[in-house]
Amino acid sequence: MGLSGKDLLGLQFVPVEEIKLILNTAVPMKEIIKRQIKKVPTLRGRSVVTVFYEASTRTRVSFELAAKYLSADTVNIAAGTSSVSKGEGLKDTARTIAAMGADVVVLRHPMAGAADMLARTIGAPVINAGDGAHEHPSQALLDLFTVREKKGRLEGLKVAIIGDILHSRVARSDIWGFTKMGAEVRLSGPATLLPQETERMGAITCASIEEALTGADVINILRIQKERQQQGLFPGLREYSQLFGINKERLKLAAPDALVMHPGPMNRGVEIAPEVADGVQSVINEQVTNGVAVRMALLYLLTGGGNQHEITH
Amino acid sequence: MIKEKAQILDKEGIRRSLTRIAHEIIERNKGIDNLVLIGIRRRGAPLAERLAERIKEIEGCTTPVGILDITLYRDDLTTLAHQPLVRSTEIPFPVSGKKVILVDDVIFTGRTIRAALDAVMDLGRPKVIQLAVLVDRGHRELPIRSDYIGKNVPTSSKESVLVRLTEIDGEDKVVIFEPPG
Repeated sequence: MGLSGKDLLGLQFVPVEEIKLILNTAVPMKEIIKRQIKKVPTLRGRSVVTVFYEASTRTRVSFELAAKYLSADTVNIAAGTSSVSKGEGLKDTARTIAAMGADVVVLRHPMAGAADMLARTIGAPVINAGDGAHEHPSQALLDLFTVREKKGRLEGLKVAIIGDILHSRVARSDIWGFTKMGAEVRLSGPATLLPQETERMGAITCASIEEALTGADVINILRIQKERQQQGLFPGLREYSQLFGINKERLKLAAPDALVMHPGPMNRGVEIAPEVADGVQSVINEQVTNGVAVRMALLYLLTGGGNQHEITH
Repeated sequence: MIKEKAQILDKEGIRRSLTRIAHEIIERNKGIDNLVLIGIRRRGAPLAERLAERIKEIEGCTTPVGILDITLYRDDLTTLAHQPLVRSTEIPFPVSGKKVILVDDVIFTGRTIRAALDAVMDLGRPKVIQLAVLVDRGHRELPIRSDYIGKNVPTSSKESVLVRLTEIDGEDKVVIFEPPG
């Protein structure tokens, strides 16, 4: 089997079997990253274009490295330094990139639905690397991969997602991903940052942070996005830290072997205490490595991979 | 329906071939110093394990065994409509300076071996690479040959050779068949 869709726009419409295929394909990809010579010739002669309308280091570099490890050529278009700043619209930028022969386009955009629009404009596969507060599927896939690798399973696990759910595309993709794989997703954060729609997505909104953390197998701590907090939805970073920051004491509420995750970049001392970020339960660095492996799997599968077809000697 | 034309090897035939190949490997390499076996997924992997067992029976020492998945090195990825499933490569030892014996069930066009050679070289610089196959059916498309052969089987290019192994298929045999149509 392969992936049924041309693109990866979000996890909402990806069937469970295809999520498993992506995670399984990422396992051999991770082995390549650990080698001395991190390169296989698989996507030689293909090009991957990353288009970023928002600042990003790790996601962009992660996609670029994933493409390079598979021998694809990569080009990055940063909105600030391209024709985008001259007023070119997304559709025209997209058509230009397609006309240059891009085989895969990776898009980060502040508007929800931007990747979807791009996917309908061009023939090449599009990977959504974050669209507004909508979805960030490759982040959720690397979260699933990390948890599955550490725990050996996803089904039946209790996953607490803590923080600004309202503005978080990571939370939305994680909710789809973890619930599809049979995990229980609990949400906690300031009441003003807990949207109602997440209940319909299958997550449980907890009345208190203690309720969310108690017995949790995974704690995914979201970044407080300072750039999105201009509306006064909570009083201040200091108060946030006191009420919702994950420190040693709060961590004790979770299962003794609970994993601590963070999509990065971290605000140390705000949503996560330094001793938790660097503690033995933290898998935050592992998430970064796994991100490259998962993105390699995505690039391979979206360029046609995954069919169960054996070579004829 | 797949039409089976002839059985080339049965359980005993496979066993004897592997025993002979094990002896040949030891003889040619003057022992098993620095020797490693790498089976090519899928059916090369159990064959490499079996060869290691035979070598241990003869020499009394174990030989490291690895598994190689060559999917990402195939030369037909851009022409296939769907790319094949990637499985893991498990070679838990360095290959640099080693005598690597690649093991596969059938050699045909030689393209799998070309991919395997590239894959092994990406892991390091072996001293030598030799090739052991259970069946050599001819029709090479590349200048590649096998060093150890269980059985040479002249075939027509329309025919297929099917190797079935207990570890994967529940039985041991090698048959020639004609694909439908």
